[in-house]
Amino acid sequence: MRALDTLNPASPLAAAITKLFVAVLLVLGFIFALVAVLVVVAIVRYGRRPADELPNQIFGSDRLEIVWTAVPIFLLAVIFVFTVRVMHAANPSPASRAPDLLVVGHQWWWEVNYLKSGVVTANELHLPVGQRVLIRLESADVIHDFWVPRLGRKLDAVPGHPGYLWLEADRPGVYLGACAEFCGAEHAWMRFEVVAQPQAEFAAWQQAQLAVAPTPKSGKALAGMKLFAARTCVNCHRLAGTAADQRVGPDLTHLASRRMLAGGAVVNTPATLAQWLKNPDSIKPGSHMPNFQLSDAEVAELVAYLEGAK
Amino acid sequence: MKGHELSETAIAGTLAEAGDVWAPHRSLLGWVASVDHKQIGIMYMVAALAFFGLGGIEALLLRIQLAVPHNNFLTPETFNELFTMHGTTMIFLVAMPLLTGFTVYMVPLMIGARDMAFPRLNAMSFWLQVFGGVMLYFSFFARGAPNAGWFSYAPLSESAYSFGSAQDYWILSLLVMGIGTVAGAINVIATVATLRAPGMTMRRLPLFVWMTFVNSFLMLMALPILNAALVMLLIDRTLHAHFFTPATGGSAILWQHYFWGFGHPEVYIVILPAFGIISEVIPVFSRKPIFGYEFVAASTVAIAFLSFAVWAHHMFAVGLSDTFNLFFAFASMSIAVPTGVKIFNWTATLYGGRLRFTTAMMFALAFLVMFTVGGLSGVSFAVVPIDWQLTDTYYLVAHLHYVFFGGTVLASFAGIYYWFPKLTGRMLSERLGRWHFWLTFVGLNLTFFVQHLLGMMGMPRRVFTYPDLPYWGALNMLSTVGAFVLLAAVLVFAWNLVFSLKHGEAAGDNPWEAWTLEWATSSPPPVDNFTRVPPVRGRRPLWDLAHPELADELRSRAA
Repeated sequence: MRALDTLNPASPLAAAITKLFVAVLLVLGFIFALVAVLVVVAIVRYGRRPADELPNQIFGSDRLEIVWTAVPIFLLAVIFVFTVRVMHAANPSPASRAPDLLVVGHQWWWEVNYLKSGVVTANELHLPVGQRVLIRLESADVIHDFWVPRLGRKLDAVPGHPGYLWLEADRPGVYLGACAEFCGAEHAWMRFEVVAQPQAEFAAWQQAQLAVAPTPKSGKALAGMKLFAARTCVNCHRLAGTAADQRVGPDLTHLASRRMLAGGAVVNTPATLAQWLKNPDSIKPGSHMPNFQLSDAEVAELVAYLEGAK
Repeated sequence: MKGHELSETAIAGTLAEAGDVWAPHRSLLGWVASVDHKQIGIMYMVAALAFFGLGGIEALLLRIQLAVPHNNFLTPETFNELFTMHGTTMIFLVAMPLLTGFTVYMVPLMIGARDMAFPRLNAMSFWLQVFGGVMLYFSFFARGAPNAGWFSYAPLSESAYSFGSAQDYWILSLLVMGIGTVAGAINVIATVATLRAPGMTMRRLPLFVWMTFVNSFLMLMALPILNAALVMLLIDRTLHAHFFTPATGGSAILWQHYFWGFGHPEVYIVILPAFGIISEVIPVFSRKPIFGYEFVAASTVAIAFLSFAVWAHHMFAVGLSDTFNLFFAFASMSIAVPTGVKIFNWTATLYGGRLRFTTAMMFALAFLVMFTVGGLSGVSFAVVPIDWQLTDTYYLVAHLHYVFFGGTVLASFAGIYYWFPKLTGRMLSERLGRWHFWLTFVGLNLTFFVQHLLGMMGMPRRVFTYPDLPYWGALNMLSTVGAFVLLAAVLVFAWNLVFSLKHGEAAGDNPWEAWTLEWATSSPPPVDNFTRVPPVRGRRPLWDLAHPELADELRSRAA
């Protein structure tokens, strides 16, 4: 049961939906059992009558028709009332509150902006436990969908049509999220993680994320920094504290602090990062990260530089 | 009296002569040039079954790719092409033409007519269908098949994200088929409205005819929405208009309104004729009339009306207003009521009957239970908050396959076992039929039931692979094994068709002792269908002939 994320909520927003879901599943399960039992009983009772017996020709019964029209109407009316209630509980109106986060879907990664602190990150969203944050959801290209099953509803990221979504976690943990609207070649690896932390831990994380990248003094990392600036990396990526300031690809300022790489395709280690730089298609075929035909030495230098960006 | 008989002989003679002129030629040219509704109906069904094979192979490849996590059997591009083609094929090239095949073959026979109202239009509809299908598949040879999904959401389907010609092939082939479908719908409506035999009032129409008649109105109103949207998308792609491109002021959501404005009635378009088949098969093999004929017919009309007011339940995750969502939640829940009425009436028909477990009946009984699973899981999508969790997950994949496979496909199998003797003069093998049935029943549930759980675990649909999370690999493997059981079922079925066509038992006119007019003529029927249509004084003309003392008109309230 614990693996069934939608039945294992970690937020009051998701818990409201889970309760309704379980109740509706019970009603639907009962109706299914009723139909199945009626069919099986008919098969057993009326399947063995002698071949020459002519059954009584029955044409219908208005009374029964009324019963099986009225009872479902009643059940659905009850479900409808709870639908309205849970809609408001699981998705309260943001009214005129200013959003805390701006999340932008890209082919195939998520950009996360903390609007108050200015932190920018990708594919990893940190939250203070027990606090409800309002997300403004946008798309940079096609339609995506932001979904963390254990934390609540999904919402489409529609280009030209921003949406608003509450996110809250009532206990610390890492909650898996995914893009739930088909968005092209790498829809499968547009996954992300929501990390819910106690307030102090979250504040520390936020502080660390605000630090700019350290400038390496020597060695491979220094060579990597020069390479990063000289090659086309800067045309797409941002690295706070350097001249790189583009938002086409993910922000790399604290790349080394993230658990996963390439939208959840691999765990983020120096080895996978090297593989990614050498040949992105070997990890995520079709991704918009080009293969720059880097030499092994260049890859090692870039990895040394980016691994410093904790 | 004698004079009367003479004139009847004379009429029969004239008809026979006319029949020679119209006689179907069994040569290839005879089939291609045919305007005979029976030949066209068979061609529709054969074409649909051929595409069923292709769509099934595509599904198998998808399931192989998904059998284990992090699989590299297919590239993501190929996977996306295959699921796009699988969905498009199964809806437009299998479900619709198969049911249309049943319709154009059976409707004229069941109402005692000689052919469709517009035989040439009928042929045109069929050939547009074929050419549309061929054009769609030609895209594989034109540098890649379409890969934006059968729903082709903008702006992913726009030229900025889907370059090349694949998406244009998709648009044009659907447009060609869509025009054929509209023409076909007009044809069925005209046929039922004008060519009914004397005595065949609307209240005596076989339920299959009722449902295909109502269905034709659905097609007539839903397909033009798709056709118009397709043209708009084509203009966007080729002439750089901005209907659906948000970057230049268009609306991505507009496409969804158009697509589902067509797409949800479409769901009923591919299930109502299936309901019609079930409404014929269950009474015949229960040896009783359908329970609540008026309610089964009227609930069809109710479903047809409501089906145009439920499209936005496909869009609850878009983030439209609560008021908007609630309207569509209300309508979507309402449509469950007439659907439930049908299920209960079919079930009630069994009670007090003498059931005969032919393969056709077994498929019909399995339909009752399997379609109920799909119908009920559908209700959970009308409940907006549940939809917010489960839409676009494998729970939805499970739901739609219980509706289309558990519903449309099982009913079509029932229809094929039921009417094959009429179409060919030979019975399908019941022994192979058992194998076909049980493999299908096991394979269907093995493949699709576990997908409910995968969706509840958070697995999105349309992903070419997935992370190795607890149970995901195991459940996906079960589903893939189920797909291979279904492959075995389809192979047995194909063998049964081929084998029985040559070696099946001779069927005779009415092997099932059925009651509707198609069984009053020879198997297969002569070119002009009937030399003489039996008198129609009730809903079951052949029952009345066999049991004059128990004739329906003597007791049925509606006769």
